[in-house]
Amino acid sequence: MAKSKEILRGAEIFIRALKDEGVKHLFGYPGGAVLHIYDELYKQEDVEHILVRHEQGAVHAADGYARATGLPGVVLVTSGPGATNTITGIATAYMDSIPLVVFTGQVPTHLIGNDAFQEVDAIGITRPCVKHNFLVKDVRDLASTMKRAFYVATTGRPGPVVVDIPKDITADSCEYEYPDTVDMRSYRPVVRGHPGQIKRAASLILSAKKPMIYAGGGVILSNASEVLIAFTRLLGYPITNTLMGLGGYPATDKQFIGMLGMHGTYEANMAMHNCDVLIAIGARFDDRVTGDLEQFCPYAKIVQIDIDPSSIAKNVPVDIPIVGDVKHVLTDLTALIKASREKPDAESLKIWWDQIKEWQSINCLKFDRSTEVIKPQYVIEKLYELTKGEAYVTSDVGQHQMWAAQFYKFDKPRRWINSGGLGTMGFGLPAAMGVKLAFPNDIVACITGEASLVMCIQELSTCLQYGLPVKVINLNNRYMGMVRQWQEFFYAGRYSHSYMEAIPDFVKLAESFGHTGMRIEKTADVEAALKEALAMEDKLVLMDFITDQTENVYPMIASGKGQHEMHLAPERELA
Amino acid sequence: MRHILSLLLENEAGALSRVSGLFSARAFNIESLTVAPTEDPTVSRMTLVTSGSDEIIEQITKHLNKLVDVIKVIDLSESRHIERELLLIKLSAKNESRDEIKRLVDIFRGHIIDVTDSSYTIEMTGSGEKLDAFIDALDRKLILEVVRSGVSGIARGDKAI
Ligand SMILES: Cc1ncc(C[n+]2csc(CCOP(=O)(O)OP(=O)(O)O)c2C)c(N)n1
Repeated sequence: MAKSKEILRGAEIFIRALKDEGVKHLFGYPGGAVLHIYDELYKQEDVEHILVRHEQGAVHAADGYARATGLPGVVLVTSGPGATNTITGIATAYMDSIPLVVFTGQVPTHLIGNDAFQEVDAIGITRPCVKHNFLVKDVRDLASTMKRAFYVATTGRPGPVVVDIPKDITADSCEYEYPDTVDMRSYRPVVRGHPGQIKRAASLILSAKKPMIYAGGGVILSNASEVLIAFTRLLGYPITNTLMGLGGYPATDKQFIGMLGMHGTYEANMAMHNCDVLIAIGARFDDRVTGDLEQFCPYAKIVQIDIDPSSIAKNVPVDIPIVGDVKHVLTDLTALIKASREKPDAESLKIWWDQIKEWQSINCLKFDRSTEVIKPQYVIEKLYELTKGEAYVTSDVGQHQMWAAQFYKFDKPRRWINSGGLGTMGFGLPAAMGVKLAFPNDIVACITGEASLVMCIQELSTCLQYGLPVKVINLNNRYMGMVRQWQEFFYAGRYSHSYMEAIPDFVKLAESFGHTGMRIEKTADVEAALKEALAMEDKLVLMDFITDQTENVYPMIASGKGQHEMHLAPERELA
Repeated sequence: MRHILSLLLENEAGALSRVSGLFSARAFNIESLTVAPTEDPTVSRMTLVTSGSDEIIEQITKHLNKLVDVIKVIDLSESRHIERELLLIKLSAKNESRDEIKRLVDIFRGHIIDVTDSSYTIEMTGSGEKLDAFIDALDRKLILEVVRSGVSGIARGDKAI
């Protein structure tokens, strides 16, 4: 590539660098500190700017875009309140290791530290929730800093990176050159696993009598689904996915035994508890997965594969740690197992699968389909059937999120988009918007609750402006359902401030934003309504399902309990 | 157990706050922390004294390595090393206590670096333990002010970080 050596202003450099980085979409909101940049945006058409209605929405949208495409999500906001409004979004991406580059405007360099108008220490405020951040102090550093920001965000364990750009930098000029490569002596992520460790892992894995594969979001981040499928099928072992890992292994495959953790399946949690070899792949032993650490996998030797050394043995001691990119390590491990003279122990495996089938026969996710009042699970089950499991599904946080994870069977990675680590209500709608932008021809559904939905409801305007017809599935139980459930179980039914009074009329609300609204109140109407909404391909439809207020998410491990101490729905509780 | 970690980090604004922020965010201990540029002005050297079980020290080391500004981390306490700390201490020194203090400073190989009619200011280097012992040997009532630099450390022998 011929190197251009033009003299450009900072704002022009910003746009050129985005183009050279291959950025197609930028989610943003203007303000004083970034007006030079907005002026340059106006003059070009290569980078499409999506004007959100709140900066939190910009970050969630970029995040949804990144999760669905694997590309970094890019955000531009102004200084001060623009920057502070991004924090929840940045922390959400940080907890789930999502690659984002967030550009924040800053007051001019000579005013920094003066309590200038709309000044906030964006570097200081974002530091605990970013992978890294940069303050640009000289226009000559702008292009190379942007290059490094994208590099850091997307390599190793991905994560959000903030670049703070003072206004004067966007007015200053210098020669433009966008570097082809990055070399940072202090940042060199390991990709390949240690061959000796992989060898030890292979022989432990083949010696298992009750093996269990526990695969998380790392599989999706490293695009390792296909390798994971090959590895799992080769061994014939049972596999579970974490909330973040759903779709990393096909949910309809017979070796898949459901999600694990607090609201995972009985069989997945029991298999975890009883296994003798646990193979953890891109999963970080979150407390919602492990339950009581003292009782976690008491009989198992553990292999853990992770790109982040600090994720290894953080909560649970590990017998064979392997640091490296999941895709590379699994490829090497699969090859080694294939070549090995040893084979999985078929006899033990049969006994183990028989045990697992017995646990499965309890049918822990069963619910009543015969009621007139709508069961939330039923809506998701129907959505799954009607979209043939092919939709992109985003969610908010609460009961509806757990039901979506339990009842929408994801066969492909990057289709299930939710805030697992931070648990951010308000994530679903803007995230769906970002996904729809990336995949205009696919069905994008946002499964939400009436409390979560209103947290970023303003983005309905953005959806209208850019023609992003997502389907909003509002499971409206008139409660912060998940809070109500905990209050029912652990606070003797004292429903303190979890009842949603003064709920808007969602049909009118959708209409006032220029969209279509539907209210569905009976089980018998669910399927037809969904069909009707899905048929309106270019309409955003907000479907307000009035659901059973008393429904709880089961099965459940109460926090602080062991994985084998699951509660089933009361009528199904084992003697 | 007490560990002395030695770090090389980019001499960038904010690098120090990344390290200290990590310790507070993850509830790790910091006993002392010193930092200054090296012969290469783009690189700073930090010595950090912390304590914790082996598992915690392992996590601390991993998290430090993960910081994008950190170039290298070594645990000095894993091998033979030298640690030194600087103490500046101001003592009330009147009448008969003046001789007593001078004797003690000599025993501990410190120097009196400032004198008034009623006070001495003393400079002393050594391991943290030695400085503790010196302070313990003084009559508490005489101490006016204590300034300690925190530990700096380096490995013994010819190998360098
Ligand atoms: C921003 C934010 N605030 C508070 C919470 C705590 N919280 C978790 S679930 C929940 C209730 C969600 O209610 P709703 O969206 O109606 O979903 P439901 O549980 O009823 O399905 C709350 C308040 C959160 N996760 N995020």
